[in-house]
Amino acid sequence: MSHKTFILGLETSCDDTSAAVVLNGRTVLSNVVSSQDNFHLRFGGVVPEIASRRHLEIINPVIDEALSKAGITFRDLDGIAVSYGPGLAGSLLIGVSTAKALSFALELPLAAVNHLEGHIYANFLTGATISFPLLCLVVSGGHTSLLYMKGHGQIEILGRTRDDAAGEVFDKIARALGLGFPGGPVIDKLAQQGEAAAFSFPRALMGEEGKLDFSFSGVKTAVLNCIRRETEKGGQVRPADLAAAFQEAVVEALVEKSLMAIRQKREAGQFLLAGGVAANGELRRKFRQKLESKNIELIYPPVELCTDNGAMIASAGYYYLRQGRRASWDLNAVPNLELERV
Amino acid sequence: MVLKSTSEETTSKIGKILGRNLQPGTVVALNGELGAGKTVFARGVAEGLDVQVVVNSPSYVIMNLYRGRMELYHFDFYRLEEEEELQELGLEEYFYGDGITLIEWADKFPGVLPTTRVEIDIVKDDEDLENSRILYFKHLGKLEESLIEELKKVASPGY
Repeated sequence: MSHKTFILGLETSCDDTSAAVVLNGRTVLSNVVSSQDNFHLRFGGVVPEIASRRHLEIINPVIDEALSKAGITFRDLDGIAVSYGPGLAGSLLIGVSTAKALSFALELPLAAVNHLEGHIYANFLTGATISFPLLCLVVSGGHTSLLYMKGHGQIEILGRTRDDAAGEVFDKIARALGLGFPGGPVIDKLAQQGEAAAFSFPRALMGEEGKLDFSFSGVKTAVLNCIRRETEKGGQVRPADLAAAFQEAVVEALVEKSLMAIRQKREAGQFLLAGGVAANGELRRKFRQKLESKNIELIYPPVELCTDNGAMIASAGYYYLRQGRRASWDLNAVPNLELERV
Repeated sequence: MVLKSTSEETTSKIGKILGRNLQPGTVVALNGELGAGKTVFARGVAEGLDVQVVVNSPSYVIMNLYRGRMELYHFDFYRLEEEEELQELGLEEYFYGDGITLIEWADKFPGVLPTTRVEIDIVKDDEDLENSRILYFKHLGKLEESLIEELKKVASPGY
């Protein structure tokens, strides 16, 4: 590959359709996400986002926009990267089919990126120098995983959720409080005006030293039961207090398990945050505070690279291709794709 | 049939016994508010089907596939708003396949469910919101009488 390598990254694993152009795996030239950029205004209608038909309708305009914003054409590209799982089958398929068609027609190498691994690479787009070995917490609507990474493609899963993902409980609690979707940002904002000490909710699996798995369904149920009890009493439950106490319970579990991982993997020099929940203000604040005195550097992506996006897939794809990890023409979407344990 | 479970473990165990005895092609519909224990129950069913991996909530991805003694298609209608969105999921293929289809929040779209199915409403018990659950079996599908008796032994009949 030439010294200037342009990778087109496609991401359609869930609700958003995204295409991005990344230079040399590190510099975002464009990152178009369907839910942003007023795409929903120009292409009529917001719902149903889940429908793969919607991905199909807008993927070409999204790609065109990504190329034009990057100031390049198809002929300038050096490779195509696509997230092929985990995710919603129909949605993934649109990205995978499009990527295969482009790669075949343009005679370009194709990289099949694990969506979860893609999230980690949002940190490569921050300008920070990333050095292995490192630890990473991927926390989003669909995933909560604590990973140890020795190099590109060398990932060890240290812990993961045993039930609900952290972002999922944010959404479910937000809905129960009548706050709307997505739940992360609204709870984050509301919690700022609340008193976390007003309620005490259980922390997930806090007692088990050494165990790095998460569980969030317990705190979810506790908060829901609390709302129900208070409502039945006709009591004055302040949503802001509930939001603050709930958020603290979730954030604390994430921080505590991460500190355990840091104690177990002392050779790691950096700790990365990734995924939609990494955009949470309280989560970032707590991590900054707790890691300040530790001998480990904290890195997290800007908010727009935390949620699902094509740029992170392009970055991961760049490193995949540099290692010669090319996907073949029989690539298919794998909805329940797991990270390979090393 | 109505069963009363006094703990998460029992709810999971009821699912496990069910999972151990399900015939290929069975559809299990699960209803209940957030935190009722639908995923806990589903995890039990998966265990009964000898699924070896951790079963997570499928709210985000709508469907998770697990391989055990039979395939388990674990659906969640929670995030779906319109019946139209279901059309793309190819539900019929799963319903009439050889695996087990388990659907959380099934009562959001009762019209799409097959007539022969197992359907359970899981309701939080006001007496003990934390632990106790009442399981109303609204449809018993083709469950054997002996299995129903076995379930009653694990959890006390609710009423």
